[in-house]
Amino acid sequence: MQTKTIRPSKPAKRSWVSLILTLILLSIVCFVLFKLQGVQNQLVLRIARLCAINITLALAMNLINGFTGIFSLGQAGFMAIGAYTTALLTIPASKKAMMFMLTPLVKPLDTLTLPFGLTLIIGGLIAAGAAFLIGVPCLRLRGDYLAIATLGFSEIIRVLIMNAQSLTNGAQGLKSIPSNATIWWTYGIAFIVIVFMALFTSSSYGRALKAIREDEIAAESMGVSLFAHKMMAFMLSAFFAAVGGGLLAAYNGTIGQDMFRVIQTYNVLMIVVMGGMGSITGSVIAAFIVTIGQEWLRVLDGPINLGPIHTSGIAGMRMVVFSALLLIIIVFFRNGLFGTNEATWSAIGGRLSALAGHKKRGTAE
Amino acid sequence: MRKKVLEINDVTMQFGGLIAVNNLTMFADYQEIVALIGPNGAGKTTAFNMITGVYKPTSGHIVLNKENITGMRPDRIALRGMARTFQNIRLFKALTVMENVVIAQHLRLKSSWLGATARLPRYRAENRIMYERAEELLDYMGLLDVRNEIASSLPYGMQRKLEISRALATQPVMLLLDEPAAGMNPAESLDLTRLIQGIREHFNLTILLIEHHMDVVMDISDRIYVLDYGNLIAVGTPDEIQANDDVIHAYLGVDENEA
Repeated sequence: MQTKTIRPSKPAKRSWVSLILTLILLSIVCFVLFKLQGVQNQLVLRIARLCAINITLALAMNLINGFTGIFSLGQAGFMAIGAYTTALLTIPASKKAMMFMLTPLVKPLDTLTLPFGLTLIIGGLIAAGAAFLIGVPCLRLRGDYLAIATLGFSEIIRVLIMNAQSLTNGAQGLKSIPSNATIWWTYGIAFIVIVFMALFTSSSYGRALKAIREDEIAAESMGVSLFAHKMMAFMLSAFFAAVGGGLLAAYNGTIGQDMFRVIQTYNVLMIVVMGGMGSITGSVIAAFIVTIGQEWLRVLDGPINLGPIHTSGIAGMRMVVFSALLLIIIVFFRNGLFGTNEATWSAIGGRLSALAGHKKRGTAE
Repeated sequence: MRKKVLEINDVTMQFGGLIAVNNLTMFADYQEIVALIGPNGAGKTTAFNMITGVYKPTSGHIVLNKENITGMRPDRIALRGMARTFQNIRLFKALTVMENVVIAQHLRLKSSWLGATARLPRYRAENRIMYERAEELLDYMGLLDVRNEIASSLPYGMQRKLEISRALATQPVMLLLDEPAAGMNPAESLDLTRLIQGIREHFNLTILLIEHHMDVVMDISDRIYVLDYGNLIAVGTPDEIQANDDVIHAYLGVDENEA
């Protein structure tokens, strides 16, 4: 065929360059993480780990909201499932006995403890199962209706947790969760999720999800089964959200139903929107910006002296400023920082050569 | 005797009190080009939507290659060899030309999502064939040069062509074109006519089209069905239809002095 002779040998060479650059980047990241581990400042360590957890959570949400174009607000519910699963399966038996004062913990769970990694997977699977159950009626809904239904689901999970005293310890919450969420666990899982998302979204199934996002009717007419593909994305998203929730439980040490209010979903949604709905790179970078930004803006909660204006510290001031920043992003960069683009090596190369070309032209004039 | 690819028997579509299509019976033989014409609101697009599964007919049967597809989901019908284009172009706008055509082959993919994500050898082979086929198709349609452009950035005529390419990528036996020449000038319409005749031969297709450009319809069709207010008022070859009084009346109205 003529088309085959047209194709230059460049892609092969380029993929080698990309591979080497990726390896270099990975070793830099590993080096930084290794250094981080030795850092004495606990605050820096905490924020660094929270960044990684937020990457996992944001990518989970991006899969369904960004790549598939389904507006789901069930994230906090799935996170709660993951968090409680990990907590119940990792807290040592003696601690559990002390905690469950009103009603004892149900039978097999009261003495059962499992390895941390396994509990994350179990939590993910339970969340995926829950996603299947609510997906059957809800995924037939469109747009706003689906958002409302999933929001309702998330609240139902929270109310169930509050009332299932013998399983979740109700309003008292769970304490003494072993702090397994180390730098290596949080970044390891973030890395796995990034790689999975990159491979999945660029596969034929990922393309089908994007087709659904672009035009449902056309996608269905081209043979893409809407229900099956939406369900797949929804369950995968729930799985990763629960894994992120499990990490968050181990990171916090204590959890309660209060942690999984709708605001938790919005926190993650903020990262997804800021980074760009449908961009993995965007979610990763925005996870860092939002996590670090929220911490850094804490200064604003303290006393402020701005010439004539004096305040003796307003709690929540940073959230006001943060909301304003988010508004600016939505108004001026409607598609977020990255839109649906990814920062691949060839894209970066293209940008750089365009910049260089621009400069050359500039000097020629 | 030629093989009937599409058979529509006594199909009715009722929306509340409105009968959009009333007892429509028609067929299309293998490699035939059949046109469905009629004034605005005659029920042509409703007929298309029933054939492709968007609407479930109130009564009647639709048979594709001897299989009853009445009321099946659109994706299932697509899998059985029915492909279509839309009256208002419905491309995957933000995706590239290439991606548009590759996505249309997803329905033939055998690898599971896990195999695809893990890039197992079988998926890699399937994926490579999908891209090669897309390149061949785009080459045939004259869109190979714009394969990396974003679909919505293409000029109108090319978007129409891309939509046909995407439909062909599903490897159909039956192609439905909803006003393919809409918004085209006479020269472009002529090109399109040649193109449609070309793809019929090249891909062994049976084609059903809705069209308002009469020069295109008369030039291209083997047989024509005429709908008016949901009722079939005439069937025949282009010459027969042009001479049919009912058709002329439906399009131009009845002369009161004559009636």
